[in-house]
Amino acid sequence: MSTATIQNPPPMPVLRDSFIELTARERARALLDAGTFRELLGPFDRIESPWLPLQGIVCQADDGAVIARGTIDGQPAVVAAIESAFQGGSIGEVSGSKIAAALELALRDCERGKIVRPVVLFETGGVRLQEANLGLAVIAEMQAAIVALRRYVPVVGVIAGMVGCFGGMSLAAGLCSYLIATKQGRLGMNGPEVIEQEAGIEELDSSDRRRVWQMIGGEQRAATGLADALVDDDTHAVRAAVRDVFARGVPAAHRTEQVAEYLERLARIDPANVTPDKMRDVFKANEAATPRKEQ
Amino acid sequence: MSDTVLTRGMRWFKALAGDTSTAAPVWSGEASLGSETATFFSVVPDPDNRFPRARDNVVGLEQGWKLAQAVREAVARDASSEHKRPIVAIVDVKSQAYGYREETLGIHLACASAVDAYASARDAGHPVVALIVGPAMSGAFLAHGYQANRIVALDAPGTLVHAMGKEAAARVTRRTVEDLDKLGETITPMSYTMASFAKLGLLDKLIEGVDADAPTPAQVESVRSVLAEAANSARSDTRGLSRRLESDAAKKTRAASIEVRRRLAEQWDAA
Repeated sequence: MSTATIQNPPPMPVLRDSFIELTARERARALLDAGTFRELLGPFDRIESPWLPLQGIVCQADDGAVIARGTIDGQPAVVAAIESAFQGGSIGEVSGSKIAAALELALRDCERGKIVRPVVLFETGGVRLQEANLGLAVIAEMQAAIVALRRYVPVVGVIAGMVGCFGGMSLAAGLCSYLIATKQGRLGMNGPEVIEQEAGIEELDSSDRRRVWQMIGGEQRAATGLADALVDDDTHAVRAAVRDVFARGVPAAHRTEQVAEYLERLARIDPANVTPDKMRDVFKANEAATPRKEQ
Repeated sequence: MSDTVLTRGMRWFKALAGDTSTAAPVWSGEASLGSETATFFSVVPDPDNRFPRARDNVVGLEQGWKLAQAVREAVARDASSEHKRPIVAIVDVKSQAYGYREETLGIHLACASAVDAYASARDAGHPVVALIVGPAMSGAFLAHGYQANRIVALDAPGTLVHAMGKEAAARVTRRTVEDLDKLGETITPMSYTMASFAKLGLLDKLIEGVDADAPTPAQVESVRSVLAEAANSARSDTRGLSRRLESDAAKKTRAASIEVRRRLAEQWDAA
């Protein structure tokens, strides 16, 4: 069965409880078991960006990242949620360090035999350019932690939208054991505007919304196995999908370990004829229950 | 191919490792480093690459997956050996590849596979050293070099680490290039100079007195000994990248990174 089928019945917006419309803090709370949400380094701790005030930019007391402990299906968990309303969810020294540190502490506990379930809610354009090199550095630190941590416990990423997940953070998402996306979530390394800017409008017209969604939208990512579950924009659906993928356990081979298989798929692609449909023909949706050992 | 069209990544690969055992866009080869053998990798231009947006020294789909393949092969060669040999990433990457095909086919995953391979090599006990000989830009550097135990760089025109090219960064932040340069003087992480990168505690050595484009044999050997020393000292690292926060430079410039970790650890377990 395709993983792209974890969906609710046909859209009935009135009855749904939108996940996208929630703030990062509300999202984290919604994913943890009821009554277990406990925020770490919250707004009252006031650890703010040391770099934004020097550039005349107003800080936010949580620097746009919310870290919350609690449980998921009764198991200790940590949720790192990025707030897109602050600086577009961009990763600065503090927001990125909060996420990296949360993953490093989860790793420390796992190494001591205490499993902590990590969830990252990606909503980010990537590096915060006002903190350029430190944004990039903390993303590398986050990536190191994900690679080490996912040997013990699945690292679960959620790309709900509307910002999506871009830049160096798209690599962090790629490293996750499982990715859950909505149709409104987009996952790509270079944003459409950046591609148009760098490669020209003949390469990609970033205003062609249909083409952009078919290229990097959640539905396409799930249909091609680059995300594991496509869910509706519904809090219950996202909660259920997170619990479902944790129940699957650590994959036999993570996507980024399936090097031979992906190189083989790439070899079957004709660069002169790359379309969303061709991509789906070659890159299939992942099998839900039986991750195969690829190499 | 005549010598004049060699990129820095090619030139330094040849100087340090000799002939490549794999075709462009990813060169790999073994050579001596101190008293042992190391594996060297470089991303080089590939004028005939199937993907037209990835023919320069950039990290595209094939570059990412092939780096992962090559690094994993080096790790597999030492799988049954107690002694893990060093891995050296020679870094001269202008950017990631920007294109419709690249995004459609998952360039983020290709680059993530290279990140995974280098990080896994480091976790397996291979000393991983990045030698920056040209630009180390953004996502391309994340994929090729930034997971290293040690980062060293030539002090030469054209070596730099940054999240975005200067012109593009100026556009996005609505500043002029001159403004950006001025800002870089006071906002250390925004600077494009290697000296500022060193102030962040991320650079282990800035190698001075080397001609990056036409090194003498003595200069090549001095770089080789810096690499050997870096690989050797990396053997006593604790796992992960926490060492990056331990230098005096980091304590000063990355105080916030350290403070976040300290206080998060305090609050981690409920009182």
